Amino acid sequence: MSTRPDSELLRIADAVVAQARPGEQLEAYVSRDSETDIRVYEGEIEHFVSAQSEGIGIRVIRDGRTGFAYAGTLDERAIAEVLAEARDNVEFGTPDEWAGLASPDDVDVVPQDLWNEALAAYATDRKIELAKELERLALASDPRVRVDDANYSDVAAESAVVTTTGIRRAGRENGCYVSVGTLADDGDETQTGFGFSVGRSPDEFDLAKAAKEAAERATRLLGATKPASRRLTVVLDPFVTAQFLGIISSTLNGESVIKGRSLFKDRVGETVANPLFTLVDDPTNPLAYTATELDGEGLAARRNVLIDGGVLQGFVHNSYSARRAGTASTGNAVRGGFKGTPGVGCLALQVVPGTRSQTELISGIQDGVLVQQVSGLHSGVNPISGDFSTGASGLLISNGQLGAPVREFTIASTLQRMLLDLVEVGGDVDWLPMRAAGVSLVIADMTMSGA
Amino acid sequence: MPSDMPSDTPSDTPSDPGGRTLGRLPGMIDAEVLSRVLGAAVRSGADFAEVFAEDKRSTSAGLDDGRIEQVTSGRDRGAGIRVVKGDTTGFAHTADLSEAGLLAAAQSAAAAASQGGGGVRTIALTPRAGTKVNTVERYPDEVPKAAKVELLRRIDDAARSAGSSIVQVSAGYGDSRRRILVANTDGVLAEDEQVRSLVRMSVVATGDAGMQTGFQSAGQTIGFEMFDAVDVEALARDAARMAITKLDARPAPSGAMPVVIQRGSGGVLFHEACGHGLEADLVAKGASVYRGKAGELVASPLVTLVDDGTMSTEWGAIGIDDEGHPSQYNVLIQDGVLTDYMWDYLRARKEGRPQSGNGRRQSYMHLPMVRMTNTYVLNGTEEPDDIVRNTDHGVYVAKLGGGSVNTATGDFVFGMVEAYLIENGEITEPLREGNLIGNGPQVLRDIDLLGNDFGMGNPGTCGKDGQGVPVGDGQPTLRVKSMTIGGTAA
Repeated sequence: MSTRPDSELLRIADAVVAQARPGEQLEAYVSRDSETDIRVYEGEIEHFVSAQSEGIGIRVIRDGRTGFAYAGTLDERAIAEVLAEARDNVEFGTPDEWAGLASPDDVDVVPQDLWNEALAAYATDRKIELAKELERLALASDPRVRVDDANYSDVAAESAVVTTTGIRRAGRENGCYVSVGTLADDGDETQTGFGFSVGRSPDEFDLAKAAKEAAERATRLLGATKPASRRLTVVLDPFVTAQFLGIISSTLNGESVIKGRSLFKDRVGETVANPLFTLVDDPTNPLAYTATELDGEGLAARRNVLIDGGVLQGFVHNSYSARRAGTASTGNAVRGGFKGTPGVGCLALQVVPGTRSQTELISGIQDGVLVQQVSGLHSGVNPISGDFSTGASGLLISNGQLGAPVREFTIASTLQRMLLDLVEVGGDVDWLPMRAAGVSLVIADMTMSGA
Repeated sequence: MPSDMPSDTPSDTPSDPGGRTLGRLPGMIDAEVLSRVLGAAVRSGADFAEVFAEDKRSTSAGLDDGRIEQVTSGRDRGAGIRVVKGDTTGFAHTADLSEAGLLAAAQSAAAAASQGGGGVRTIALTPRAGTKVNTVERYPDEVPKAAKVELLRRIDDAARSAGSSIVQVSAGYGDSRRRILVANTDGVLAEDEQVRSLVRMSVVATGDAGMQTGFQSAGQTIGFEMFDAVDVEALARDAARMAITKLDARPAPSGAMPVVIQRGSGGVLFHEACGHGLEADLVAKGASVYRGKAGELVASPLVTLVDDGTMSTEWGAIGIDDEGHPSQYNVLIQDGVLTDYMWDYLRARKEGRPQSGNGRRQSYMHLPMVRMTNTYVLNGTEEPDDIVRNTDHGVYVAKLGGGSVNTATGDFVFGMVEAYLIENGEITEPLREGNLIGNGPQVLRDIDLLGNDFGMGNPGTCGKDGQGVPVGDGQPTLRVKSMTIGGTAA
């Protein structure tokens, strides 16, 4: 979200907050989104979705009790109902001495360029043409490749949050992406791939790269076999590292820590990873896909160092978890739209990169596997115990060289061990459209389960 | 027409459970308005148009760390309008259910689908009955919120009483009352009301070797009467037992071995191993390993697989699908032979065959696509104890977690939440969590023992193309003769 003082949504939120009663904390979060979603198949438009949505979520806190309600409309009568419902819900909450809304702090907003007029004005038929062009490029890249679908999507979102505690902020942003799903056939065998390109405006797309990656992802797995089970060195591709960082971030969540659910609780100041590992959450970095000016409670987004040279520095907090932990919000309230209250989460994670390319990292590995894709990470990780096991596919590494493709195996370890077994961070940072940037990681000792 | 909208009827606000008969909500949109909107949607020469209107009220409550954190009330209401011309679908949605709002959305959808011109069509709508799946006795919006919150306190107390090692409990309650209306230019006019109730809980135990978690949940397509039959305290004790048991668990093994899956815990195996691959939209694009396999033996002859939207009170039960087609009992695999795929409107139209009641969507903001409902394997003949006894060495899975599949290759993965070693025909030590991995067609062929103890599993949310819908699954105890366990032990 970027700051933008003059907004119709702010006025709607103001009108709600003005109705606060004595002894009542009140927060109104109002948002409005519009999106275009175009899918192309075999040169024709398969679907064209043009959608606008809006809504409001109202949080009321009284005597330490919280109530919440939302509606997917900004109709005046509906807003009145939402406020009444939120108030009614207050009485069922358990009094909580730490309950409360965020208050303005002294951290300044780092301005970001999150709104692009060129995208807002981009013609519909050119959007359609981008998806068609991507399909053509993917098909042309390899004769074995078919296209499942080629897509263009854009979204423009604005929101406002106003509270009785003095928060009053609004912002807007827009962005767009293209993606393509591929299938590659060889006899009876079919493998799949995907490619994408992201931008603040379509001018930033690299369609050729997206098409090439989509074709390569599908064709490189043709003929892949199930490898023999063993322990070996694992290299995580940047795209895979980014997914792992998402899991690790849940262990650094201040709310999990205060509720006794983090394996890192009571370990601040201890070495939890190889000294090569420095992890920062920095939504003020404009290179990050999820760069933002504000968190979900309307506080300035900021840079937080979570692990520095392998030593755990601290956790991320929103105003509630911070109050309970006796500290200040780190500007890490996350909100999934108007239908919920803010939780805690990292906004834009990054591992501070090393210097060597992936090829150089691989050159020193005798027996290993380059993991290019993982599946079932959400079902195979327990962030509380740290155990994880995930389905994977990729390429074997022997004597410093990439070898045969492998699939239908798992890699497993614990998050704690993986951070300590890390032996090198690559220099190949990839700013992916995720809450974490990618970079190659080398892990010395993991279990591969296959045949 | 605003006067038709439930929000204008004071007796329908959820906070006022006072003496009245709620029964069915009043009509969402007048039939004449629907006819005019559909007519406008196809005026420029489209083949098909559809109005999908939805009015959903939901309540949720969360307990964590001994506190009722918050009760949330939600209201989602609007309509999605779909216009099909040739192979192109245009779609727009609106939260404004007035005739003007619907007409504006219809024009957007029509413009998206087409550029041509054409005459005016008149649409005659014929009401169509859905499948009667169950009768709701206590609508959630008639039940005091205090009674819902009380369930969570009972869960918290029961879990914490299960042992001194229990250090944390979180629990959630949710209900929804979803009314849908579908009208299309084929003349279909159908309505349904889908009421769902759910509890879920997660319990953390701590021991010398760190923390472990246990989970339980229950959900049905009925109202609050669900809790007359479902003992939430027993569920909480079971979640606590699972967490405590796992404190002594050893790392799961690594490699291929026989796997026995307990009744009602592994329906997700079929959901992933073949269910998604039998969805006609994926089949049509050649993105399913089961394409072109109808009439062929694709599974062990022991396996008969059904997708059944009519299964009363189960989590995936529906009266009509989100395209207005009545829910059905569909046999997908009969004695190992692939009999049919699952179909939505577009795919069925293209193939010139009937729909199967599998066109579903997350909300009025989404396009429908082919989705499962309740997917399950029918009983075999083995005694479940014999299945374990006849397994020399392997893994017994008492509860599976979520999973995912690549439908084009059939490769799938899912998590074991509660599992044990089988040694010399007996269930022995508990195992830590890990993933199971396999290939759908291979695993279906490798089912070599099927029990006679059918049971449905936990309520699930199936995700596809960014949309989540409620689904159920079930199976009797069964054995797969070889699957890969992704643990860390040698």
